[in-house]
Amino acid sequence: MAVGTVELCFPSRAEYHGAVASARSDGFELCSDVCAVDYLRHPGRSLPEGVTPERFEVVVNLLSLSARRRARLRVQVPEADPVVDSLFDLYPGTEAMEREVFDLMGIRFSGHPDLTRILMPEDWEGHPLRKDYGVGRVPVQFKEAPGPR
Amino acid sequence: MSPDHPHRISTWDPVETSEGAQEQLPAAPSAVLRLPEGAVPDTGQLDIERGDDETMIINMGPQHPSTHGVLRLMLELDGEVVVRTKPVIGYLHTGMEKTAEELTYVQGATNVTRMDYLAPLHNELCFSLAVESLLGVELPTRAVWVRMLMAELDRLCSHLMWMATNGMDLGSTSMMIYGFREREMVLNFYEKTTGLRMNHNFIRPGGTAADLPDGWEDDIEVICDTILARSYEYDELLTGQPIFRERTEGVGAITAEEALALSATGPILRSTGVPWDLRRTMPYLAYDEVEFDVIVGTYGDNFDRYSVRLNEIRESIRILRQVRDGMPKGDYRVQDRKVTPPPRGRIDESMEALIHHFKVFTEGFRVPEGEVYMTVESPRGELGCYLVSDGSAKPYRLHVRGPSFVNLQTLPHLLRGGLVADAVAVISSVDPVMGEVDR
Repeated sequence: MAVGTVELCFPSRAEYHGAVASARSDGFELCSDVCAVDYLRHPGRSLPEGVTPERFEVVVNLLSLSARRRARLRVQVPEADPVVDSLFDLYPGTEAMEREVFDLMGIRFSGHPDLTRILMPEDWEGHPLRKDYGVGRVPVQFKEAPGPR
Repeated sequence: MSPDHPHRISTWDPVETSEGAQEQLPAAPSAVLRLPEGAVPDTGQLDIERGDDETMIINMGPQHPSTHGVLRLMLELDGEVVVRTKPVIGYLHTGMEKTAEELTYVQGATNVTRMDYLAPLHNELCFSLAVESLLGVELPTRAVWVRMLMAELDRLCSHLMWMATNGMDLGSTSMMIYGFREREMVLNFYEKTTGLRMNHNFIRPGGTAADLPDGWEDDIEVICDTILARSYEYDELLTGQPIFRERTEGVGAITAEEALALSATGPILRSTGVPWDLRRTMPYLAYDEVEFDVIVGTYGDNFDRYSVRLNEIRESIRILRQVRDGMPKGDYRVQDRKVTPPPRGRIDESMEALIHHFKVFTEGFRVPEGEVYMTVESPRGELGCYLVSDGSAKPYRLHVRGPSFVNLQTLPHLLRGGLVADAVAVISSVDPVMGEVDR
């Protein structure tokens, strides 16, 4: 494989943890990023045959230092049951990234040691990066601030 | 406390060496404090020897001057020794990823530049590379080299700032003044080139906002010569100084395995001896055409992180000199009117130019549907940008992988077993920029 190439991979939710584990034993030493995308208002994305599009997608970017290449895993997560396995046991560095995804996108990671809000206040309601979460117009707790218009 | 007290060693001892060292490293339970507000810590989980039965939780920050912004640390202390730590972040969270979905690609660079405010040009660079990758435009060589010049100045500037604050945290006020003095030279050049000292919006999708000003070669020459000469003064001031070495050597050490497991990149990873620098290992811009060395450390302690950054300043100067000599002639942006605005002079003469100008700044340009993850080596590590486009003029989703956000996870492991007094030095050596951590 050439330097800097990216492998794309679309595991199902059940295969997800196993796929990352096998990638790790294949020399992907570092998990550079975990994030999620809400495809609620997306007009249609290109997915390979056999992958059913769901509302959420968890995107994991792995990095192999020895082979100098990347791998990207995109997992479809249904709206009704937004739970995926945590990668904490494979890459402890995903702890904060998974907390961020939980906080902003509302996807839960089973097996995560401390799945709490990280960026938003602890008592915040809703998950701001979801597409059905409004932009602005949030009542601010300042004195005499105008309410929602 | 005597120097050979077990708590002095701030390395991560895998105390329970039962089975499988691979599984051991990540799972070492006792460095990270996972505790909600106001709860009492369960000391039963601790695996290190303690002098007292009870531990104490002390909040450091968010207004502590040495936490480099609004970082709050919940430190679980046993006397003066840090046992577990929980970094509490989010005080500067302004929802920039959500904001990015409401801005066009033309406006997007103004948003991302505010994330890592000590290396703003790297944010713009990463965002622009991601957009250009989806657009499929090829940049003129001069644009690439101008970007490289600005990126290296950015690294220089950020590392100087770090030298200054790190010196301040360790009690060397002279270093702080020197660091800011040198940084000022770079900022003056920025002002001349981009019009601003911070948050430049200079690197944009399609090239850069403007060409370099007349006489830029001389400015770069002065910057390179002065800062290189002064970097040897820092050696005299800090590197050889016994007090500085006492406070940094062996403090906050981390091994390469731990750094990789915790996804740490940048100077933290390199200080452990892993020669991983995206400029060299996955070259972007024209970094494969210039000569420089990747600086690595050995022990992964504070001193190694200091020396990695100090020597990266010298390597940046080396790159800057090569960029100055090798700067090609040509255009500083793509001449594709659908992506970049026409020159100001054309607007008065050509109706078409006026329309293009109007379209670019009102509607922006459409980016084909797709997704891309683009990375650059920012002064703090791997800065990543995951961009999803739905074919409209605004990003459908923009996620920024902030190196400080990820590197901050190493902090509990670096602090564990060290003294509170060293905590300040360790936080500084991680070099978190809260604007990027919280976004």
